[in-house]
Amino acid sequence: MAKQYVSTTINGESAEFLCETQQTLLDVLRDVVGLTGSKEGCASGDCGACSVIVDGRLVCSCLMLGVEAEGKSITTIEGIAQGEKLHPVQQKFLEHAALQCGFCTPGLIVATKALLDENPNPTETEARYWLAGNLCRCTGYDKVIRAVMDAAAVMRGETV
Amino acid sequence: MPKVVLSSGSAGQQYTDGQTEFEVEATTFRRLVLELEQRFPGLGRQVEESMAVAIDGEIFQDAYAAELKPDSEVVLIPKIGGG
Amino acid sequence: MNYIDSGLKVVGTRPIRPDGVEKVTGRAVFAADTRSAGMVWGKVLRSPHAHARILSIDTSKAAALPGVRAIVTGADFPNIASEEAFVGEGPMNFRDLSLNVIARDKVLYEGHALAAVAATTQAIADEALSLIDVKYEVLPHVIDVEEAMAEGAPILHDDMFTSGVSPKPTKPSNIAKVVTFKKGDAEAGFKEADVIVEGRYTTKPVHQAYIEPHACLVTYNPDGQTTIHSSSQGHFMVRAYTAKLLGLEMSDIRAIPAEIGGGFGGKTLVYLEPLAVALSRKAGKSVKMQMTREEVFRGSGPTSGATVEVKIGAKKDGTIVAAKQVLKYQAGAFAGSPIGPGCMCGFAMYDLPNIDVVGYDVVSNRPKVAAYRAPGAPITSFAVESLLDDLALKLGIDPLTLREKNAAKNGTKTHYGPTHQNIGFTAVLDAVKSHPHWKTPLKPGQGRGLAAGFWFNIGGESSASVHVNEDGSVTAATGSPDIGGSRASIGMMVAEALGVSAERVRTTVADTASIGFTHVTGGSRVTFATGMAATQAAEKVVEDLKRRAAQTWEIPVEAVEWKDGKAYPAGSNAGAFEPLDLATLALKAARTGGPIQAEVSVNAQGAGAGFGAHICDVSVDKETGQVTIERYTAIQDVGKAIHPSYVEGQIQGGAAQGIGWALNEEYIYNDKGQLENPGFLDYRCPVASDVPMIEAVLVEVPNPRHPFGARGVGEVPIVPPMAAVANAIRSATGLRMPDLPMSPPKVRAALDAAG
Repeated sequence: MAKQYVSTTINGESAEFLCETQQTLLDVLRDVVGLTGSKEGCASGDCGACSVIVDGRLVCSCLMLGVEAEGKSITTIEGIAQGEKLHPVQQKFLEHAALQCGFCTPGLIVATKALLDENPNPTETEARYWLAGNLCRCTGYDKVIRAVMDAAAVMRGETV
Repeated sequence: MPKVVLSSGSAGQQYTDGQTEFEVEATTFRRLVLELEQRFPGLGRQVEESMAVAIDGEIFQDAYAAELKPDSEVVLIPKIGGG
Repeated sequence: MNYIDSGLKVVGTRPIRPDGVEKVTGRAVFAADTRSAGMVWGKVLRSPHAHARILSIDTSKAAALPGVRAIVTGADFPNIASEEAFVGEGPMNFRDLSLNVIARDKVLYEGHALAAVAATTQAIADEALSLIDVKYEVLPHVIDVEEAMAEGAPILHDDMFTSGVSPKPTKPSNIAKVVTFKKGDAEAGFKEADVIVEGRYTTKPVHQAYIEPHACLVTYNPDGQTTIHSSSQGHFMVRAYTAKLLGLEMSDIRAIPAEIGGGFGGKTLVYLEPLAVALSRKAGKSVKMQMTREEVFRGSGPTSGATVEVKIGAKKDGTIVAAKQVLKYQAGAFAGSPIGPGCMCGFAMYDLPNIDVVGYDVVSNRPKVAAYRAPGAPITSFAVESLLDDLALKLGIDPLTLREKNAAKNGTKTHYGPTHQNIGFTAVLDAVKSHPHWKTPLKPGQGRGLAAGFWFNIGGESSASVHVNEDGSVTAATGSPDIGGSRASIGMMVAEALGVSAERVRTTVADTASIGFTHVTGGSRVTFATGMAATQAAEKVVEDLKRRAAQTWEIPVEAVEWKDGKAYPAGSNAGAFEPLDLATLALKAARTGGPIQAEVSVNAQGAGAGFGAHICDVSVDKETGQVTIERYTAIQDVGKAIHPSYVEGQIQGGAAQGIGWALNEEYIYNDKGQLENPGFLDYRCPVASDVPMIEAVLVEVPNPRHPFGARGVGEVPIVPPMAAVANAIRSATGLRMPDLPMSPPKVRAALDAAG
């Protein structure tokens, strides 16, 4: 079958690509567009390592087709930092040592941004349930949640 | 003479006909392995390849130079890995 | 040099890890992120049967599919005589490893690889797999460990005769070996006991469940020189095992460590790399392979499921006088469960006069066991620590007091031989006693459990190099893949030795062609052994810098001292010279002898054993059987925390894995021996909402054999949780749960049965 032409916006910039209809958005991001920051952990929407934001909504890119990106606005881990300036979530993950192997980290950071975009003042419980779709096997989540709560406080202007 | 104890979990007993404790004249681990191979053919190789040694309580793995004192107690145990 | 007790400026602080920014921006390159021009995709054909003879494999239709570039089967791999060799970590039987990587005449588990194809796209490769025609003769299978040991069980290997029994058996068996460890006379000891308790415990296979599936990119060149990028805990192991399995020269293989997305022991061996090399050789192209999550569950190395029986006898005052244990561990399709450590670790924390332990290594039709964080120990401690809790209850003694009474100390002789030295178990128990968690009254409806754990930790071979760059900045390279932040701690130790800030040192992981041999990252050895090599390399650089300063000042080298990153004349007699810092000395390196660097290789001995104790509070929903972890404290002797955040991280991560093992994780097989839950939805690992904050308490009893006193920390924390949770459930409900996992249906059933 012929490849499909898709026109979309990725990390604020227009992007276009050809893809096969059965390719997931994750496949397309990684193998066609070349953005390998989003990871494949399960390809079934259970681990969150492929998390991206599509039109403001947190999505597992392995559960979306590449062709569905047509006309949408997609944010991946590569678009979280602003040039050299790390996002507060990224900065706090580093300060709190909220990553060990780092494989789930892109997904967690994107999911955290989506959380704080929607709820700038989550409780610990709200943060844990929001992030329940992002599996981490290394950290036990303790330092991740601390980083998330601290980043939220920074973004509310309460601390640095 | 250093006393050698073969911990049976170390699969060394098959070379010693069930014997698990013996004295061996040696001042280094290397010499000990050679003596064991001579006395019980096959054991020395087994020790080198798949056993760790505890000399007076401290575990050594792959250490020819490890020193043995005349009253040292040497215990041969399975090599320890990890995950 | 020994830095224990000296004023440390870098070690013990919490700088940002040097590889952190690339990890939080998605730039870090993991194996599946690698690309090569013209590469093709490799896929693996796996057995749908738990046990079958392969009658024939017809690859002709697959080969004819446009886009297919190569197909390999067992026929493309050399047959290896059964031999053990210690390469990498732990004895490895290369014949078995080869048979596991690709089956020859039998498939021994569902998921067992038997062929691989390389094609221009993943879709074509998948289609080619479906065109490979395999004729199987399905055989009866067996999975449960006791069923596999029973008379009449389907036999996996006609040439497996149980070793460790006399006389040597003549009938093949699924019991690969029997091991025994004895101290004193257990039977006599039991006669002295006032109280005897017994228990029978079972556990299911669980997977290390690293979030990153196995992946590699391999290029085999026509002259045999091969490059392997792969996700592994040891690229020297990848090189050695791949060379051995394919009959290649090790020096022809360059194994480059990609970033690794978790391993926990499951990546201390190879699955895809030899297949990829064979495909690359046939296809004349680079081959990229990655496992799907299903393949990871079906085709890699979950740990043993097991049955453990324990009997403990004690005096009324809590002194344990005898202990007996029988352990039966699944090895999977080939021999090699962690039965040895299972036998050694259960009682290693205690000073007991009479111990009798017997262990069975049993094969059955499930994937070959791979290492999983303190292999063998979590299972044995689940049993022993649960029974100790029952003993405490029966004696009317506090469970902490029971452990204090029987705790191993320096000088305690273990039942497996060595005598404990420089250990910190008593300090850990003291820390439990004084911790607010232990003293806080339980909330109504909640229960509290305590359990202890032990792991040997290993040393072994590591290489590290330290270079002072022309501007005085420092690069440290080691051969240890970083799975938990070790780049940070290694850089910090080098910085401390050099007297500079952590930010002045960049740490990298060098490939097999660029650094000396280094054992796998596992066994909790990197901070200990690689840290030792890196520190020694830094110290050599310091000696070299002092020599260059001496030369510059024309004074004897003994008159130079090195402090805070500068050379100083030692005392006013030496001369009134301005200090020379790294940058100044580096600028003049050519004039004072050439580039400033040192590489050190060690075979580190004296790894310090680790002890931990965990306190767990739970509540149990009587309607659903769900257990909620309300509070969790993990206390551990870490020797010296080089970077405390990453030490805490190891403890928290290990505890979480143990909690998952305790409450939900298990391999569920149907009656055909096929795995029903090969995915993260139904193989239920802890998620963020399943656990509370995990307080990690770092007790520091220095290990004098490490320059900074460090002990390995990564494995101990997975040992106590299962019993800590089980004991908390007993405290909350009065019910002893001896079978893992203690999932809601099981807990609810136990509650119902108790009425």
